[in-house]
Amino acid sequence: MDLSNINPILLVASIMISATPILLAAIGEMVVEKSGVLNLGVEGMMITGAVIGFVVAINTGSPVFGFAIAAVAGAVISLSFGVLTQIFLSNQVATGLGLTLVGLGLSSLIGKPYEGMKTETLPKLDIPILGDLPVVGQMLFSHDIMVYLSLLLVLAVWAFLKYTRFGLILRAVGESHDSAHALGYKVIRVRMAAIMFGGACAGLGGAYLSLVRVPQWTEGMTAGAGWIALAIVVFASWRAGRVLVGAYLFGGITVLQLNLQAAGMTWGVQYLSMSPYVITILVLVLISSNRKKGSHNAPANLGQTFHATR
Amino acid sequence: MIRRNLLATAAAALTLGAAPAMAQDPTEACFVYVGPIGDGGWTFQHHEGALAVKEAYGDKVNIRWQESVPEGADAERVITQMAISGCDIIFTTSFGYMDATNAVAAKFPNVKFEHATGYKREHPNVSTYNARFYEGRAVVGHIAGKMTQTNKIGYIASFPIPEVIMGINSYFHHAKLANPDVELVVTWAYTWFDPAKEADAARAMLDQGVDVITAHTDSTAPLAEIGKEGGSAWGFGQASDMAAFMTNDDGTPGPRVASIIDEWSPYYVKRVGQLMDGTYEQVDSWAGMPEGEVVIGEMTDAIPADVRAEAQAMIDAITSGEYHPFTGPMNKQDGSAWLAEGEVSDDGTLLGMNFYIEGITGDIPN
Repeated sequence: MDLSNINPILLVASIMISATPILLAAIGEMVVEKSGVLNLGVEGMMITGAVIGFVVAINTGSPVFGFAIAAVAGAVISLSFGVLTQIFLSNQVATGLGLTLVGLGLSSLIGKPYEGMKTETLPKLDIPILGDLPVVGQMLFSHDIMVYLSLLLVLAVWAFLKYTRFGLILRAVGESHDSAHALGYKVIRVRMAAIMFGGACAGLGGAYLSLVRVPQWTEGMTAGAGWIALAIVVFASWRAGRVLVGAYLFGGITVLQLNLQAAGMTWGVQYLSMSPYVITILVLVLISSNRKKGSHNAPANLGQTFHATR
Repeated sequence: MIRRNLLATAAAALTLGAAPAMAQDPTEACFVYVGPIGDGGWTFQHHEGALAVKEAYGDKVNIRWQESVPEGADAERVITQMAISGCDIIFTTSFGYMDATNAVAAKFPNVKFEHATGYKREHPNVSTYNARFYEGRAVVGHIAGKMTQTNKIGYIASFPIPEVIMGINSYFHHAKLANPDVELVVTWAYTWFDPAKEADAARAMLDQGVDVITAHTDSTAPLAEIGKEGGSAWGFGQASDMAAFMTNDDGTPGPRVASIIDEWSPYYVKRVGQLMDGTYEQVDSWAGMPEGEVVIGEMTDAIPADVRAEAQAMIDAITSGEYHPFTGPMNKQDGSAWLAEGEVSDDGTLLGMNFYIEGITGDIPN
């Protein structure tokens, strides 16, 4: 094996790109789950965002506009989940799975005429001073805007949940919807807003796949990324910082193991191939179990339906 | 759409079940696909073959298909459902359907089963078919050896099965004949279809100085990733022509310089025809360029003219049967002799291939 073939600058750069779609979807889903709603439709919302973002970018020539509409599309399709589970009180697990199936089917229908087409991709930012730094500049400060937006989003979600009044209300709704209701908070409205935020984030994550990471539309192109995002939320025990660790760990090890292979590491390729899953789970379980109370931190009302008359 | 078809046919089968089949009954040809038809590669080409059957026989045949069927327990259920619902011949189009196909075939002796790329024919109603893709790999290997500037060429491999190892060996052998300094980098993706991961695999190799890449996975993502290099790296269409990557929007040559096309139509049309006229027999079919099942897509101007001519000469020689890509002298990876000067490998060795040839570094995962 010749490790000197691996260029750390390029490696870190491609890790950041590889982790971004999962990070976007996971941070959105975390907010949804914090409000007490379990939406298993992340995969469906992601692929909807992927196809809509691509179609819009092709037709308008503007990938930025594509991202914006992809977020709207993700929010709109998640609204169907919201209406069914929050107003008609359907089972969240079944409805979420249904949302995934709908998203996959709908996206292949919409995307059919766009297969094999090429789109403009997001330009790399030209950040003054920082971008010119040796090594670090190319490694960290020469990406497209979405990479930084996703990181800012993590920071914003963390601050929102920890320091703002609305963040407290959202958490209260997730921990005990009856108490929150008794205090006069609009449980369903809060949850609807959270669901739509989750949908928008998943839509952005999907659009990042089809507009930047792969830049093309292929049916079923999310290939399970939404499920990885869901798992990361759980293993990160619903904390924004750990979601970031989880997503970067998963994306990072996926890219790293391919680089190790390309550099000639041949021992246990099959173990390398499963390592992103194993290591991400191990690390997140370890840091989550290290807390004093040892609690799992799941919102107490996660996945339960709420009706004001009960 | 599919479900509605299946239900409708199931209902028809129930009402007609007792009556003897009439001569006018259309033959039902059914296809099980491992990916979506829109993958632009492997499954897309099988579906083109299915459409060719419909085109050839019109009203005398009905085609039905199921997309994105996972290999494993789900496959057995889907194949069983097709057999129950009146399919006369079922094509299962991925290696991983092998055991499921044979298991279902045991229960439905009157239905014909055709399994692609496998080797198990446990029942008289199971045939296997494959194409000699290594012939295509030989041609693109020659082009890769001639075109690389860094002397590092890459192969995105899916799973360590003989089919893939055969492709790796053929690709490298012909690259090496064209360019003795060439070095091969193999990356195992452990998937047939995951565009993001395929792109990552291509990116990892490009970052390490590989400048010609062939893929043994199903999507066009590696070509899109290669395209980001802006003309300093090249790739090949895999399974399908992938012509969209032939030219960039600005008119410069795109990342796809040639392609290996799986052309299943001749086989599908032949077999369904045989079933209809009663000459159908169990076969183990392995056809290639001579039969038109392996086709090299248009070679672009990005390839120097003399290399294009050499590649064309190789295609002609393989098509006429003059040249076999596995012709000695060839040694195994450990240096032991495999094929003597002028000796041609037998099919059995190729179909069970579990070793690299001399010059490839690394081990085959198992």
